[in-house]
Amino acid sequence: MRTGHAYGRAVALGIALMTTALTLASPFPARAQGTPRVVEITAKRFEFNPKEITLKQKETVTLRLTTEDVTHGFFMKTLGIDAVIEPGHPTEITLTPQTTGSFTTICDHFCGEGHGNMHMKIVVE
Amino acid sequence: MSERVDRRSFLKIAGTSLGIGALYSVAPLLGADGEAGEIARTLWKKNGEKLKPFSFVQLSDTHVGFNGPPDPLGTQAFERAVEMINGLRHRPDLVLVSGDLTHDSEKPGEHADRMRRFKEISGRLKVDAVHCIPGEHDAGLDGGALFRDAFGPTFYAFDHRGVHFIGLDNVSRAKPEVGPEQIAWLKKDLARFPVSAPIVVFTHRPLFDLKPEWEWFTSDGDEVMNVLAPYQNVTVLYGHIHRHHEHTAGGARHLAARSLIWAFPDPATTDAKKPLPFDKDQPFKNLGLRIVGEPKARGAAAGRPTIDEVELTMREYSGTVGINQFLKEGAY
Repeated sequence: MRTGHAYGRAVALGIALMTTALTLASPFPARAQGTPRVVEITAKRFEFNPKEITLKQKETVTLRLTTEDVTHGFFMKTLGIDAVIEPGHPTEITLTPQTTGSFTTICDHFCGEGHGNMHMKIVVE
Repeated sequence: MSERVDRRSFLKIAGTSLGIGALYSVAPLLGADGEAGEIARTLWKKNGEKLKPFSFVQLSDTHVGFNGPPDPLGTQAFERAVEMINGLRHRPDLVLVSGDLTHDSEKPGEHADRMRRFKEISGRLKVDAVHCIPGEHDAGLDGGALFRDAFGPTFYAFDHRGVHFIGLDNVSRAKPEVGPEQIAWLKKDLARFPVSAPIVVFTHRPLFDLKPEWEWFTSDGDEVMNVLAPYQNVTVLYGHIHRHHEHTAGGARHLAARSLIWAFPDPATTDAKKPLPFDKDQPFKNLGLRIVGEPKARGAAAGRPTIDEVELTMREYSGTVGINQFLKEGAY
C-alpha cells in the first residue's frame, strides 16, 4: 500500500489567532522532569480511543499516538495537527493550544469502509 | 402521467431526491468574439475537431457494491441514471464520473467484481466516451492499482471540441491530497494553453476547505488552484460530498454533484456526518440535474457556461412513472 507520507510528518497550519506550538518527533527521547504531560491515544479501524480528551488552554501536552492495526491519519487543521500513525512506530505531537473550544479530529488516511466516521474530539478548556 | 414535462415546467420542478448527477451543455467559444473566437479556430486547425455545441454529464459516487442502510437500492439509481441519459433528446458526448465508482471491499476478488459491475452498467451509456477518476473507496487502500487495471490512469487530460478536460486524482495517496508529482504534471499540461482556454477539472474531493472535519477538503488544493489561477475559464467538478454545492473562488467555479447512492446533510445544519435517512416512499429522493447552458458571448462572463440547477421532485412525478415520463418527453 502506498502511503505517500514519510513517517512522522507534521505540518504547522495555525494562524496568528490560533497559534499552536507543535512539534513532532519520533522515536521520542527520554523525558526530563517537568516535561509535558503525555496523553495516550490509540487508533484502530475505525475509532480512536479515547473518543475525547480534554486539554487546558496554554498548557503544553504531548499526544502519543499508536495504531493497533493499519496506518491511520490524525488531522485537525485548526490546531495545526497533520500526522500519520504507522504500525510499530508511535508518533508524538507536542502542542500548546491557545484557544478554547471543541475540535473534531479525524483519521485522514483512508483505512477502509468505516474510515469516513473515524474521529475523536479534542476539548480545550 | 399525461402532463407534458417541457423544459420550462421541468425547471420549475422542485424537491429533494437522490441525485443522478449533473448535465452540462457547452458551446465552447462558439459565437465568442475576439481572442476566444481566435483560439477556437486555432484549436480546430490543430486537432481537426469541428467545434460545435455539445453537452456532457457528470455522475458521481455510484458506490457499486454498497447495499445496505441507509439506502438498500444498490445500483438502481445508477442504472436509472444511465437509462435517463440514453433517453435524452440531445445525447451528450461524454459522461464524466467523479469518483467512488465502487464501494471498497477487502474480500479477495470482490472489489474487482464491483469494478466489473460498474463497467457493465456504464457500458450501456450511449455516449462517445466515459471518463472516470477514482474516489477514496476505489483507490484509497491499494494506491489505485485496481483502478488502473480496470480503467487506466488515475489522472489524465484530454481535449474535446475546444474544451480542455483534466481529471485529477486526490485519493490514491490515501491522504486527501494531489501530491507534488501530479501538480508538476498539471503545470506541464497547462503550459500549452492560452489563459482564456475553457478548462474543466474533474476530481473527487473538493479542492478547497469545504468541511475539513468531515474530510471535505484536499490538503494541497490551494496549490492546484494556484496553478489554475491564470486561466480565466475554469470549472471544477467534484463529488465526495453526496450533495449539490457551488462555490466560487479566484475566478474558478467549484460544483459538487449529487450521489447515486445516498445523500449527506448540509454540514451547516448538523455536526453529525450521517447519511440522510432512506425514504421508502420516495426512494429516489434527491435525484437532480445541473444544466449548463451556452456561454455568454460578451461581458465579464464571456465564454463561460451558464448553469441552471434543477431538482426533480418525485412528489409530482413519482417513481418509475416519473422517470419514464421524463424520458418519453425528452424534456431537455
